[in-house]
Amino acid sequence: MAESSIEPAHIHAPPEGFIRKYVFSLDHKMIGKQYFGLALVAVFTGMILSWLMRIHMVWPAAKIPGLQFLSSAGAPGGVITPEYYLSLMTMHGTLMVFFVLTNAPFAAFGNFFLPIQIGAEDMAFPRFNMMSFWVTFTAWVVLMLAFFIPDGPPIAGWTSYAPLSAVGKDAGPGMQYGMSLWGLSIAIFCIGSLLGALNFIATTLDLRAKGMTLMRMPICTWAWFITSCIALLAFAVLLPACILLILDRHAGTSFYVPGGLVVSDRVQPHSGGSPLLWQHLFWFFGHPEVYIAILPSMGIISHILINSMRKPLLSSKVVIYSMMSIGFLSYMVWGHHMFLSGMNPMSALAFSFPTLTITIPATVLTLIWLGSLYGSNLQINSASLFALGFISMFVAGGVSGFFLAQPSIDIYLHATYFVVGHFHMVMGVASLFGVFAATYFWFPKMSGRMMNETLGKLHFWITFVGTYCIFMPFHYLGLIGNVRRYQSFVDDFMAPYIGWHKFITICALITGAAQFIFLYNLIHSRFKGKPASDNPWNATTLEWTIPSPPPWNNFGDKHPIVYHDPFQYGVKGSKGDYVMQDSPEQVVPASGD
Amino acid sequence: MSSTIVSTMSSQATALSQPKSAAAPGALLAQRTERYSSSGIWVGVFAITMSFAAFTSALFVREGTADWAHLVLPSILYVNTLVLLASSGTLEMARHRLLSEAEGTRKASAWVLLTLLLGLAFCVGQYRAWLDLRAEGIYLATNPNSSFFYLLTFLHALHVCAGILALVYLAGRLVASHTTFRRSLFLNTAVYWHFMGVLWVYLFLLCRMKL
Repeated sequence: MAESSIEPAHIHAPPEGFIRKYVFSLDHKMIGKQYFGLALVAVFTGMILSWLMRIHMVWPAAKIPGLQFLSSAGAPGGVITPEYYLSLMTMHGTLMVFFVLTNAPFAAFGNFFLPIQIGAEDMAFPRFNMMSFWVTFTAWVVLMLAFFIPDGPPIAGWTSYAPLSAVGKDAGPGMQYGMSLWGLSIAIFCIGSLLGALNFIATTLDLRAKGMTLMRMPICTWAWFITSCIALLAFAVLLPACILLILDRHAGTSFYVPGGLVVSDRVQPHSGGSPLLWQHLFWFFGHPEVYIAILPSMGIISHILINSMRKPLLSSKVVIYSMMSIGFLSYMVWGHHMFLSGMNPMSALAFSFPTLTITIPATVLTLIWLGSLYGSNLQINSASLFALGFISMFVAGGVSGFFLAQPSIDIYLHATYFVVGHFHMVMGVASLFGVFAATYFWFPKMSGRMMNETLGKLHFWITFVGTYCIFMPFHYLGLIGNVRRYQSFVDDFMAPYIGWHKFITICALITGAAQFIFLYNLIHSRFKGKPASDNPWNATTLEWTIPSPPPWNNFGDKHPIVYHDPFQYGVKGSKGDYVMQDSPEQVVPASGD
Repeated sequence: MSSTIVSTMSSQATALSQPKSAAAPGALLAQRTERYSSSGIWVGVFAITMSFAAFTSALFVREGTADWAHLVLPSILYVNTLVLLASSGTLEMARHRLLSEAEGTRKASAWVLLTLLLGLAFCVGQYRAWLDLRAEGIYLATNPNSSFFYLLTFLHALHVCAGILALVYLAGRLVASHTTFRRSLFLNTAVYWHFMGVLWVYLFLLCRMKL
């Protein structure tokens, strides 16, 4: 019989051997862990780069031992040159945005938990899934190569604005081969992310277990799904942008470089290109990218808060619809990064309006979280603390967005530390708080062991207070007129405010050091942690119905059947106060209660 | 916010209903495979469309600048267009054979092979078009029009090559043994291949009107 010989692609044999199990694994859980590991390496690299930047900013003559071995030209004798400061900044931004904020909340946790939460054996296309990780890994290797070539990393910043990014070595150190590596790396990264997004979408649409209707998916599954839709569109635009950049740099075309452009006293051999074109394409990706970073964290902290409050949110549906509208609106606002780029002023108005509109779903989300927390009996643990921290960061960082969305105010605040503070809080730290929350919450499922709560809480408080100490002063500095991307402030008009910068640097060193508590906790718990039960948080979703860590095929030979909405907490009459999604117990909301 | 458990009896009223016929597990899995691989191909088509939309918008932005020239397209492109459209037709013939006749696999594989040949012919034709332009001294970096022409046609040809690989695999499966042949493989290859045709017609019109 024809059908019986069909072997569905998503059911693969149990992995055998080291290579199949840990390296070229088809198992979505191992791939998720690989993404997590890559993000972990990238985040610590990025953090150390930010330390170097902060130190250089306030003590430009400081000798950093050993740095001269990384770049003899960029840091002669261990003293960072102004150009090398820009290299460090570029690499910090690129690593953090692409390899941390895209990989950790979305690719890492999404890969591990999305298939389990919908009751699937694996992703729809395990081979694509494996490829997407290894392509992303290649992108990381290519990017990191820039540190080890004589040219050094590029100095164009993570946005790599044309035309300087497109003209080669005349634009400064690192702009010849370093910049080429950057363009290549990001192009490769786009391919990996597209493969990943395709997989997420097909899996969510078609591999849901029996009874798992779309509205019965947990909120974080929804967040990953919406994120994958955003990522599919965004990276499909960044890839062409990078291809055009590579062609301008290496094939002599003129997509971005205008005619008669003089860089370093040399007329560039290009004609008629449009520098604004890069900005349009880049920000058409770049703004949705912000939501690629934050939406998964929104879903994750909703999921964790519900579990810690032991009751559902005021409305899960509204949360899902709000996330959808944020995703939709994220495509109509890219021009708000370009208010001062020479666009038609009318278009600034046209971009300002949807930007302010986006605050509506964002506010709705915040109100739902806060309204649900009000009067709830929240269990405080590392995961729920970081979830609360997320809300705090999201609000504190989001409020400054109101100011930046106004073209007239943005004329003053554009390219100042106000902007830097804004996006670090709302996109960077908030999203990372989601990742921390997810790690503390799901680590028992991923490794079969509990993380240390005391260390977790210590990590939270230092990070929480430290983040505010670092990024709140950024806003005030920005209002004073502190321009971003300047290498140091000791001998210019910012000299009177150098004390602020010193304070920030010290806070950054302390907060960064606290991340090693997290790293220690992670590694120590992995081997020595208390063994975790299958469902240590008394949670309801499908990942808690299977052993910790899950077997290679997730549900064994069973096919889970789903009977309930994802968050049946505070249920009377059951054994606990909750009913799991695959439990056949029937739950009817009590009327008038 | 609280709810009450009224019974422990299983109630599947809102669960997905079991397929009507008591299908064998293999058939059920095959159905699912077909569905998700179909979603996958459509999502892929969507992503490729988005990329070419980005290139199109780049073309529109670039069009307004001073050095915009005019490009006379090589006439072989008309032939190539017909060849690619014909290949969609032959692939549909293969589908017709597969669906209608009990012993249609052999005939279907002939049509798939013909599609494959036409696809290769298209690529050779595109290569010929590039050579024609080069003979006129028009290279990638000559002017923005030629840049866009080489870029769009090359990227399209690259995607067609991916389609050709799929066709090779499909033809191999059809010729070797029809028992392990997956219907979804054929359907998805067909979606992708027709999309290549549609995309080419769009790109050709774009080049014809704008370059």
